[in-house]
Amino acid sequence: MKRSMNILLTCIICLALAGSVTAIAGETIVIKGSTTVLPIAQAVSEAYMKINPGVNISISGGGSGNGIKALIDKSTDIANSSRFIKDKEVQMAVEKGSYPVPHRVAIDAIVPIVHPSNNVGNLTVEQLSLIYQGKITNWKEVGGPDLQIVVVSRDTSSGTYEVWEEKILHKAKVTPKAQLQASNGAVVQAVSNNKYAIGYIGFGYLNDSVKPLKIAGVVASVETALSGEFAVARPLFMFTNGWPTGAVSSFMAFLLSREGQEIVKKEGFIPLF
Amino acid sequence: MKRKQKEKIIKNIFFFIALVSIIILGLIVVFLFSEGIPVFKVVSFKDFIFGIEWYPTYDPPSFGIWPLIVGSFIVTFFSSIIAIPLGVLSAVYIAEIAPSFIKEIFKPVIELLAGLPSVVLGFFGMAVLAPWLQETFDIPTGLNIVNASLVLALMAVPTIASISEDALYSVPQEFKEASYALGATRFETIGKVIMPAALSGISTAVILGMARAIGETMVVLMVAGGAAAIPESIFDSVRPMPASIAAEMGEAPFRSDHYHALFATGMILFFLTLCFNLVADYVSHKFKEVGSATL
Repeated sequence: MKRSMNILLTCIICLALAGSVTAIAGETIVIKGSTTVLPIAQAVSEAYMKINPGVNISISGGGSGNGIKALIDKSTDIANSSRFIKDKEVQMAVEKGSYPVPHRVAIDAIVPIVHPSNNVGNLTVEQLSLIYQGKITNWKEVGGPDLQIVVVSRDTSSGTYEVWEEKILHKAKVTPKAQLQASNGAVVQAVSNNKYAIGYIGFGYLNDSVKPLKIAGVVASVETALSGEFAVARPLFMFTNGWPTGAVSSFMAFLLSREGQEIVKKEGFIPLF
Repeated sequence: MKRKQKEKIIKNIFFFIALVSIIILGLIVVFLFSEGIPVFKVVSFKDFIFGIEWYPTYDPPSFGIWPLIVGSFIVTFFSSIIAIPLGVLSAVYIAEIAPSFIKEIFKPVIELLAGLPSVVLGFFGMAVLAPWLQETFDIPTGLNIVNASLVLALMAVPTIASISEDALYSVPQEFKEASYALGATRFETIGKVIMPAALSGISTAVILGMARAIGETMVVLMVAGGAAAIPESIFDSVRPMPASIAAEMGEAPFRSDHYHALFATGMILFFLTLCFNLVADYVSHKFKEVGSATL
């Protein structure tokens, strides 16, 4: 009994030592913040860690505000943010001796979609907003067939919804009659099966089963999103404390390389080049 | 003495094993309440239950779950209307009318239906039932109350049928014999003797079937449409409580008001299913037919 206890104890100590040794050998990058940027951070980290097995990356969500707060408190190396840093946050950072540096990592463009049989091809921001507020309820009011509009929206916690709320609804409330789908894929599925429906999805999820709408005459494309002509697009950021050095610097370089941007594209966002 | 001690030890071991599940349940309840109650710091209990606006991520947010409660009740109600006759009558057929070879087939098949994963049923509702409903009734969406109720009924039927069947089966043979001896026909016997004698068991079956429908998550998430509004017709979309919790929990910031509100919704749901179970328990004890007299 005593003997086996000793063996067990030795094993535990050995494991603990081994653990701490690898922890010393590897560098750790902590990433926190926006859930919109989270899939990019995750996919890029996986690819990066495959190439650099010594580096350990821990990622968590929590929202843009929390990410920036963590950066100011120096409890994270990189803060993901779906918006630019606010004046107040910069002030707070300077007071606490941090210097947040923005890096634009991708463009997030959201495209409104309808059933392929719908003859409506173009809506203004105003019209989209009224449709989502439940004030325009029939397609004929916007030049379409005499059919009721079924509004398909995303769960209010998603990043896609956040952009829609900011760029189209301007903080007005979505009609409570809107259907809720839990993912971009589910919205495509719902709209492609329903000639009454309108939905919105991340640019990367567009396929032939649905028809993308122009917004105020502008077609959603990589070019119009990059130039800012397309209304529902926004840059996504990662903030570092000061100009990045060491592992953080090499991670950012990887993310902004052609290979990193390829991953960004795969995740449904618009790459920077 | 030694044998007695051994017995005692064994008895205690079994006691602790039985206790484990109770302790786990207790801890889950404590956790549910400790995470749910903080929401009442930002919204009053009355506004939470009866508020008709569910906008958890707006500024300022509104946490009114009345549309979700209505959604839960309405799909449970309609699914019960479909499932109770189907379940009880098929139980009567299997227990009393069917020849034994048909019984051998029907009983396991109905029980197999209970084993279908709910996500499969949900997918069926989404991919098959929804387009069909939409075309047949020419309605704007197939993801609505009718669809959810049909799929939930499909899930409740096996529960209701198999528990009712057990209840009917355990009606003493003497009752039937006495009834026949008095000159009653087979259907008079079923309707006036066997059914009333098995009523407590059938009621329990019905209530447990409803409890299954109200707590079901995947199906309502997939086919109820998810609109957090009080429905005006049976072809409107609703968002029952479990669907709301499942859809939003993943993205709700940890320990935010939204997170606490979802746990509080879980508390309400827990109370509802608890009530269903208590009623079932009460009914099965209260109206129990005890014993039978034979010569």
